[in-house]
Amino acid sequence: MFLRTTLVALLGLFAGAAFALDDPQTPLTDPMQSGMWDYHQKGLLGDPADIRFDDRVVLRAPASAEDSLNVPLLVDATAIPDVKRIVISADYGPIPHILTYYPEQADAKLSLRFKIDQATAIRASVETHSGTWHVGSIYIDAAGGGCTAASHAYASDDWEEKLGEVHGRLWSATGRARLIVDHPMDTGLADGIPVFIIQDLSLQRDDGTQLARLELAEPVNEDPAFTFYFAKGALPASVKVVGRDNNGNRIRGVLSEGELN
Amino acid sequence: MLTRRTTLGLLASLPLAPRAFAQARLSYDLVAKPLADGIWMVEGATDYFSMQNGGAIVNITLIKGDTGLILIDTGSSRRYGEALVTLARSLDLRGISTVVNTHHHPDHFFGNQVFAGTPIFALGETRQAALTEGEGFADNMYRILGDWMRGTEVVPPTDVIAGGDLRLDGRDFLALPLGGHTVADLALLDRRTGTLIAGDLVFHDRAPTTPSADLPRWQNALDALDAQNPALILPGHGPADPTGASITQTRDYLHWLDTTLRDGARSGLDMVELMDSPLPERFAAMGAQPQEYQRSVTHLFPAVELEELPRGN
Repeated sequence: MFLRTTLVALLGLFAGAAFALDDPQTPLTDPMQSGMWDYHQKGLLGDPADIRFDDRVVLRAPASAEDSLNVPLLVDATAIPDVKRIVISADYGPIPHILTYYPEQADAKLSLRFKIDQATAIRASVETHSGTWHVGSIYIDAAGGGCTAASHAYASDDWEEKLGEVHGRLWSATGRARLIVDHPMDTGLADGIPVFIIQDLSLQRDDGTQLARLELAEPVNEDPAFTFYFAKGALPASVKVVGRDNNGNRIRGVLSEGELN
Repeated sequence: MLTRRTTLGLLASLPLAPRAFAQARLSYDLVAKPLADGIWMVEGATDYFSMQNGGAIVNITLIKGDTGLILIDTGSSRRYGEALVTLARSLDLRGISTVVNTHHHPDHFFGNQVFAGTPIFALGETRQAALTEGEGFADNMYRILGDWMRGTEVVPPTDVIAGGDLRLDGRDFLALPLGGHTVADLALLDRRTGTLIAGDLVFHDRAPTTPSADLPRWQNALDALDAQNPALILPGHGPADPTGASITQTRDYLHWLDTTLRDGARSGLDMVELMDSPLPERFAAMGAQPQEYQRSVTHLFPAVELEELPRGN
């Protein structure tokens, strides 16, 4: 009897200790109440001390995902000064990290598309150069299955010929750069299809200076598509697109204010 | 694996007391409106699928044949199909003799299983698409409509028809094998009354849907329908139209949609920015807006912008 009570007491103690260890050092009240945020705050962001939910980080997306493979999202953190990077993530899904954006010389604002695996809170966690974090959220309903389905490229014969094809353009007057890169972005979660994704993608000046930079993860959509935002008139006449996928394929292209098709 | 559908099936087999109450609540209140000689239409809500409307958003046509009623489209669920059987018997004691599916979208053929044993006619590509895409549609319909869908199984059309003169249960039609709303869209012109059963090639005061759309092909199909000079148009969604305004409206909307998406792509906009732009007043007033426009952006924009934007390598 005594042994059993002791065991229970000990278990209780360990359980208590375990919970304490799991808590982030700065616990937040999640406006989405999704149940997974604490975990990502530690695992994905590295448990920063100076962190808060902040309405100035605005996420825009449809309330419900019409196509689980192509969910559009616009993140606008231009109200936060001195942004170093924006970590975009899904609370629920097999791979939480969607991408990390380093705006460099661009505005802290990005349009993207991603694959969603179930209804979930989506976060944009903004880190400033002084190390403070500001987190914005939006909830997207979804039928799901976006991350575990095979890419469309897998069903087509000519995907290899199109691999790495770049489409896009600059609009200097409105400060926009649009970029679409042809790539299957296989998540590795569909049966028998290994991970095949673009990992690094950046816009550069002719001399190689970074204008904006992305680190992509598996949930970014097939044929990734982005709008980058710059101050009006700040874009050079042409911008280099430089990237690489996890098989070592290089992505090279040039965007300019050229003729539309 | 325990899916939502098997769970609903299991629940259905449990003798729980609240069941009777739940069933009483989930009943379709179908009304057949006489519109021409031996032609009735069941008019659906002009909204999107919801737990409130149970998926009854589609127009169904019933036409008097020699041995019973010809049913064009069967609704969104088994329960809806059963309600159609009851309704048909109130119009003609012999019930339904022949069934036609205009195309393979779930609100138009998910009542099929109730008519096992009756020939169900459709275009060949519609039958094929129902076979390949039906289960995916079913998953989504169960997710949106829940218990309304209980017991619904995907039953594709059984008999393939082609275009041209067509006699169904003794009544003469012109069958128009078109497409553009989906891979294959069948429209039927009733020879006796000049009534055009247009399926979803024509929407009326309800936003057209585009998950399987090919816009240029759809525009051509509208021209072909217009050329028939129908006396009355029964659209797939929205009120019956004696003037042809529904064809003009559908054409106008699809043209505007295509232009809006292309202009957006040519200005460097992404999907969220397009979705948030306000609709012109004449389209904002349509049923299921702006949701349907926003869905269309998702369906169509990725292909449109690849066509519009120049290559960068």
